[in-house]
Amino acid sequence: MAQLTFRESIARGIAQEMRRDESVVLLGEDVGAAGGVFKGTVGLLEEFGGVRVRDTPISEQAILGAAMGAAMTGLRPIAEIMFSDFFAVCWDIVANEIAKSRYMTNGQVTFPLVIRSGNGGGLRFGAQHSQSVENWAMMVPGLKVVVPSNALDVIGLMAAAVRDDDPVIFLEAKVLYSSKMDVPDGDIVDTLGSAKVLREGSNATLVALGSMVPRALEAASELAANGIDCTVIDVRSLVPLDTTTILREVAATGRLFTVEENPRLCGWGAEVASIVADEIFYDLDGPIVRITTPHIPLPAADALEDLAIPSVERIVTTVQKSMNS
Amino acid sequence: MSNTKIAPANSDLAHKIAMYRSQFALRQFENRAYDLFLENFVKGTSHLAIGQEAIAAGVAAAMRPDDWTFATYRGHAHTLARGVPMAPVFAELMGRTNGLMAGKGGSMHLTSVEHGMMGSYAVIGAHLPIACGAAWSAQYRGTEQVAVAFFGDGSTNIGSFHEALNFAAVWKLPVIFFCENNLWMEYTRTSDVTAVANPAADRASAYGLESIIVDGNDADAVFDVTSAAFARARAGEGPSMIEAKTYRHGGHSRADPGKYRPDDELAEWMAKDPIPRYRARLLDAGVSEEEILALESEVDAEVDLATEEAKAGDVPGEDLLLKDVWADGGASWRN
Repeated sequence: MAQLTFRESIARGIAQEMRRDESVVLLGEDVGAAGGVFKGTVGLLEEFGGVRVRDTPISEQAILGAAMGAAMTGLRPIAEIMFSDFFAVCWDIVANEIAKSRYMTNGQVTFPLVIRSGNGGGLRFGAQHSQSVENWAMMVPGLKVVVPSNALDVIGLMAAAVRDDDPVIFLEAKVLYSSKMDVPDGDIVDTLGSAKVLREGSNATLVALGSMVPRALEAASELAANGIDCTVIDVRSLVPLDTTTILREVAATGRLFTVEENPRLCGWGAEVASIVADEIFYDLDGPIVRITTPHIPLPAADALEDLAIPSVERIVTTVQKSMNS
Repeated sequence: MSNTKIAPANSDLAHKIAMYRSQFALRQFENRAYDLFLENFVKGTSHLAIGQEAIAAGVAAAMRPDDWTFATYRGHAHTLARGVPMAPVFAELMGRTNGLMAGKGGSMHLTSVEHGMMGSYAVIGAHLPIACGAAWSAQYRGTEQVAVAFFGDGSTNIGSFHEALNFAAVWKLPVIFFCENNLWMEYTRTSDVTAVANPAADRASAYGLESIIVDGNDADAVFDVTSAAFARARAGEGPSMIEAKTYRHGGHSRADPGKYRPDDELAEWMAKDPIPRYRARLLDAGVSEEEILALESEVDAEVDLATEEAKAGDVPGEDLLLKDVWADGGASWRN
């Protein structure tokens, strides 16, 4: 057992898989000698050498194109896009090429690759280095989308993503990089498409993702002290989506609140809400409520960014207001 | 059926005959594809390589069977040149289950991994970095395989071209960037919107590469220059870029009659048509007219047979619709 930060867990998860499988290689800007701008790949160059851990030019299309070409010819690349906002400069490779080529070729090619990226706000970086882009990826058929919320899950889900034969977008909430957790020794392998119930309650179900998970848990503690007992689900994977767990837990409490860092429109919570409304409408005791960032670019100022992204306080008051109305 | 595939060989007579056969087959395939549009057997769009066959034939002849081709949406010829039979390609254009991808990709995405045809890419420039990735894989595994990315003159002005060139040069990747400069983008002359006269070759020096220009309507010249690039790549000397001057006889796509091109320019290039040019070369080399005619009628019969075989294919149904999004063969996104 060791206490690891979220960022240390990334390197540990990657190292675990690189030791196991020589076809796993890592590429990206500053991932080698510098150990990653967020220090998520510290020690990998030293352990695995420059042939398997390669620094690239600032060329996101080249990085992801190379990952795709390598994946279709026998390697299992892990590519880093430093900030998920930068997917906007290489989205052709992601959405048109990687996501669609297996289907278009009637299954002739597979893309066992992982694209990791620092995602989301909270670091006061402004509108172009703070976006939560999980929904960009979720809406493209052919991409799996994984968003861990803690250090232990980072290792296990990274291993599962690397071992998966489909392309996985692995989004790391930047605001969680310094969070710590006790992690057992030895290999850890998790399962894609499995949500986790982190807390069982009887009055309402909070469904959260990534950076919103610790906030939802804290909000649930406060709500419990005020007589509202909440279940908290960590979605962990948007594609595949564990609708079984979500539907079961929402049906049990009769109320659904989604907690989403993304701007309002077309957030993953809207899809969850739609599935719940379609399939267990008569188990609901009240309206479905989505708690999201407003539909705005994220502002840089700390005071404004804190107002924008759902806070523990906003979760608590939103749930209380809805439950008491 | 591998009549369009020619084995790498020296420039002996058998090689020349095979080279002619390949080009002629590509031409006749494209002519038939055009007829099939007119008869409404082929829906959607298609981009014919009529006039550019010497490039597909010449490069493919220089490749090892385990080398990789990455083509553009103008990819019929490159696909056939790797030895893919005609029938599944016709069937793919027609959207039938006996198509190369069972109708799920269509004309612009022809792929046959078993032939080293790693895809036809329909967004300009996308496949240049992807070819780099295949080359990286070959380099990593020490297989001496080489990836070839074909692209048009218009692709030289998109970002991924420059990203791929720099990336390949820095990583010394075994990849060949092959520009088929047919002078026109879609409706715009490339030289009108490009800072240099030779859109690929004049950019080579920016990436530390040799500037190489070849007559793209001469299959032997293409074969020779490409063979040298393959040798460099296999020797670990990194990427090459080749710019071949050529011309498409028709418009950009099915929807384009190509009327914007001056008559004298068209006439000049029709006179440089690679097929009669190579045919004359065969006659000069001592192949008889009768032998050539026999070869041509064999190819025509092959085209006819492949057309009928393709037409006999089934129309795809719902079983294919939800197949192969994922590696497990399905399309499920939830449990």
